Formats: sequence, C-alpha cells, structure tokens
Amino acid sequence: MHDVTRIAFIGGIYSNYHALVATLADIDARGADATFFLGDLGAFGPHPDRIPELLIERGIPGIQGNYEESLSSGATDCNCGYTDPRDNEYAQISYDYTSARTSDAYKRWMGTLPKEIRLDVNGHRVLLCHGSPRRINEFLWRSTSPDPFLHRLCDEHAADVIVCTHTGLHWHKALGGRRHLVNAGVIGRPANDGRTNVWYAMLTVGAEASVELIPIDYDHAALAREMRAERLPEEFVETIESGWWTTCLEALPARERAAGRY
Amino acid sequence: MLALDTLWFQVAGTICNITCTHCFISCSPKNHSHEMLSLADVEARLAEARALGVRDYYFTGGEPFLNRDMLDILAVTLKQGPATVLTNGMLLRKEICRRLCELADASEYSLDIRVSLDGFDAATHDAIRGAGVWERVMIGLRNLAEVGINPSITVTEAAEGIASADGRARFLDLIRSFGFSKPRLKVLPLFHIGAESARTRAYEDWERIEQLSEADAAVLQCSTSRMVTSKGVYVCPILIESGDARMGESIAETLRPFPLGHGACHTCWVSGMTCTT
Repeated sequence: MHDVTRIAFIGGIYSNYHALVATLADIDARGADATFFLGDLGAFGPHPDRIPELLIERGIPGIQGNYEESLSSGATDCNCGYTDPRDNEYAQISYDYTSARTSDAYKRWMGTLPKEIRLDVNGHRVLLCHGSPRRINEFLWRSTSPDPFLHRLCDEHAADVIVCTHTGLHWHKALGGRRHLVNAGVIGRPANDGRTNVWYAMLTVGAEASVELIPIDYDHAALAREMRAERLPEEFVETIESGWWTTCLEALPARERAAGRY
Repeated sequence: MLALDTLWFQVAGTICNITCTHCFISCSPKNHSHEMLSLADVEARLAEARALGVRDYYFTGGEPFLNRDMLDILAVTLKQGPATVLTNGMLLRKEICRRLCELADASEYSLDIRVSLDGFDAATHDAIRGAGVWERVMIGLRNLAEVGINPSITVTEAAEGIASADGRARFLDLIRSFGFSKPRLKVLPLFHIGAESARTRAYEDWERIEQLSEADAAVLQCSTSRMVTSKGVYVCPILIESGDARMGESIAETLRPFPLGHGACHTCWVSGMTCTT
C-alpha cells in the first residue's frame, strides 16, 4: 500500500480575489495535503494587496512569477515576455496599476519567495516553476511543447513532474513512466474559451501520479464591477465577462490563437 | 549555445520562384547554392532532433512549396512537433490549403503558415518582389482564409512606415481586409547582405558586435537554434551563404557558441530580432 498525497496548485492569480476565495473553498472541500501558488499574484485585476494578504493569512507557500520578480526588484515592467507592441502596452497598464497599489512590505515579501520549489512526493520528484524550469517567463503551450522537448526539460532539471503556469491556458500531458507536465492554468482570467470560469490543478500521487484540472466558477460579475470602479481597461473587463481574451494574444501559437474569438 | 530549441530547414534550398531585391541570400529560380531537401533528408534530421529534445521546426527557402515533398515533409514533422512554414504565398492553391488544413487538424501540434508581404499595396510590394506577385499572393491569402487558416503576415522594414505604431495599425487593418478577423503581424529588420546589400547598402566595418556577455548572447537566436541545408548544419537562417557559418555535418556537433563576427550578427543584436514567430 502506498500513501496517497494530494497537492493543489494555483497558477496566475492576477489580483482576482474573488476567484482565489472560491478556489481555496473548493480545495478545502475536496481536501488537499498541501496547496501552493505558482506566481503572478497581480496583473489585470483590482486591489492587488488583497492577494498576498490572504495567502499569508492562510499560510500558503509558493514561488515568484515574473510579476513578483519585477515588483520586488523595482523593475519598470512585468517582463511578461510579449513581443507585440500592443500586448506590451496593455501589460504596462496592468503593471503600473499593480505596482502603484502594492505596499512596500508585500513587495519585500515577494522578494523572499523562491523561484522554484522541489518536492519529493512519495518518491516522485515534483518541480514547481512559473514559466518553465529554465526561464521564469517562458511560455509552455500545449501545441508547441512536444514530448521530446518535455523529456529534455525533465532530464535537465531532474524532475518527474513539472508544474508551471504563465501561459494562462491549463493543460496536462502524461509523458510515460512517472513523467508529467502540468500547466495549472490561471485563476486570474478565464481560459479564452467563451466561459467565465477559471482553472487550477490537483496532483494526486500514490504509486503513480495523476492530475486533475479543475474549473472554478466565481463571482465574476463582482470582479468586473470592481475593475470598472478602478477604471481598469474595458478590454480587461470584457475578458472577465465574456471568457474571451482581448489582449496579450500575439504570444499564442497558431492553434491556441485559432481557438479564441480575437 | 544554451540549448537547441528550434531547428530550421532550408527545405527549398536557395531556389525561389521570384527574385526579391531585398533577399539576404539572393534566392532565385537559378540559385542552386543550396539544393532542396528530400523527405528522407528531413526524416533523418528529425531523428537527430528527437534525440536532442528539439521544441519546434521551421521551414524556409527559397520558396518551400516549390519542394514537391513539402506536404509529406510537414506530415512527418507534425507527428514530432510544431511546424511553421515561411512562404511567399504565391503557390497556395486551394488544394494545397485544404491539405494544410487537414495536416493541422490531424496533429496535436501547431502548424503555422507565415506569408511575406513587403508593402501596403501592389505597387510597393511588387517593387521588391516582382510584377504581378501581389495579385497572386492575394489569391493565396483568400484560399487560406477560405479553409480557416489564419497566417502570420511577415513584413520587412522595406515597407515604409511599418516600424511606427501607425504603420502597424494600418497594416493590421490591411490584414483584416483580406478576411482575417484575428490579424497576426511580424515585422523583420533588413539584413545588408545578399541582394539587399546591392538594393541599399552593405554593412559598414563598425557594424559588428564587439563583446557580448554570456547573458546577452543568450537572447540571440543562435543560442537556441540551428539551420539544416543540403550542405550541412549552419548557425542560423541568415548566414547560410557564409562558409564560416557552416558548423558541421551532424546537428549535435554544432551545439557550441558561434563567433558573432558578421554584420548580420550586429543587426540581430541591435534589433533584438529572431526569425521565429
């Protein structure tokens, strides 16, 4: 008999307090032995300080995303990794808003977060990272991450299970043997599929590992109201209300781009 | 060299159905400096790439769709990873587009088509690419739109004003007018080698990288990609006409740093460009 361990992973939160509350409630209801966040606590949404406040209060550990790396080091942009000028314009609006409203104490706390966490779960080597094990802002998309490449990442970084976020789109691939790549998705904004729910991931490890990607409904109307009250761009609010991404689209590969409205 | 993420194929060699005045490798119907790659050539390279954990594959030329094996080459590639084809758009007949769509649907990986335009209209585009080319590209784009393929449009800075925000916005509108509601645009700098060195100018002696830290070199595409041609493995897609850019016969033996001594290396560095999408 093997012990069974369940671990919840929360990807980019993007200041979506309502989704974080709903996600934590779902994790509590399902029961998990541990919960980790994977970085990018701030971005599109309002009132960024609510997120570290709640995570610290609940004692949830996690790692830096590019947002925490930038905010804690006083960088002038989010280093999101976009190349398109319009994407970068919107990313800058998010970053400037978030930076101006994140307290110095929380910025310092962000600087203390590790860039990766390694877990040994019943003999399975689990590696938590933000973008990829090798770069905080690398995008690991489903349609451009072939198996030989993912095996290389597992080999080079001594991991059986790699858990990441950053792209905003959740996916999981069992690579054979003990190996899995899990992109936990994000709870900060919907998955560009016309639905308003967001996603997190649950890893269950007994003799073998299995992964469940879990949709979360939350009070997105309340979030949209608060975003408008904070005069955040209407494009961001549209995404929350419609489930379709309106910005930061140029980084998407052909397949993922074709699946969205814009 | 950090890691080999991207493998390029000079799949049509230097053979092209047009003779662009800005081509950095002077491709033309008669330039056989690099020959076409066969399906067997590509399959052998894919086996090498699989062992090295390559992430994605790009096909260029010349004009890739002049290669009669091109669709079969894409079929085998898409079993292993994502593929992007750089085309001038002139050979995108309805039947080809339909097959591309089938190939994309059959793969778990992305198939991306990149079509080159060099101006906002026929006059400016054809001034670089030749008379009548614009009209044929428009037919190709229409055929892509009909089957639901949304290409990335690649524009060089030869297109006047493209580098400005206004120029980009204008171009995105132009792409929408072709029937693509989700316009995708990539702007590329010009390299002052090949035909382009005669159209505008060659590199000056001072246009060289003097010294680069390891971290700075890591952002250059030669840190993460290599180019396969009929003559061996080259450092990048830009320098295949430079003998010293041929780094070996097998891919594995080329995974070492390249001395960044060319004017083109300077353009990559100052523009931050990468040939990938």
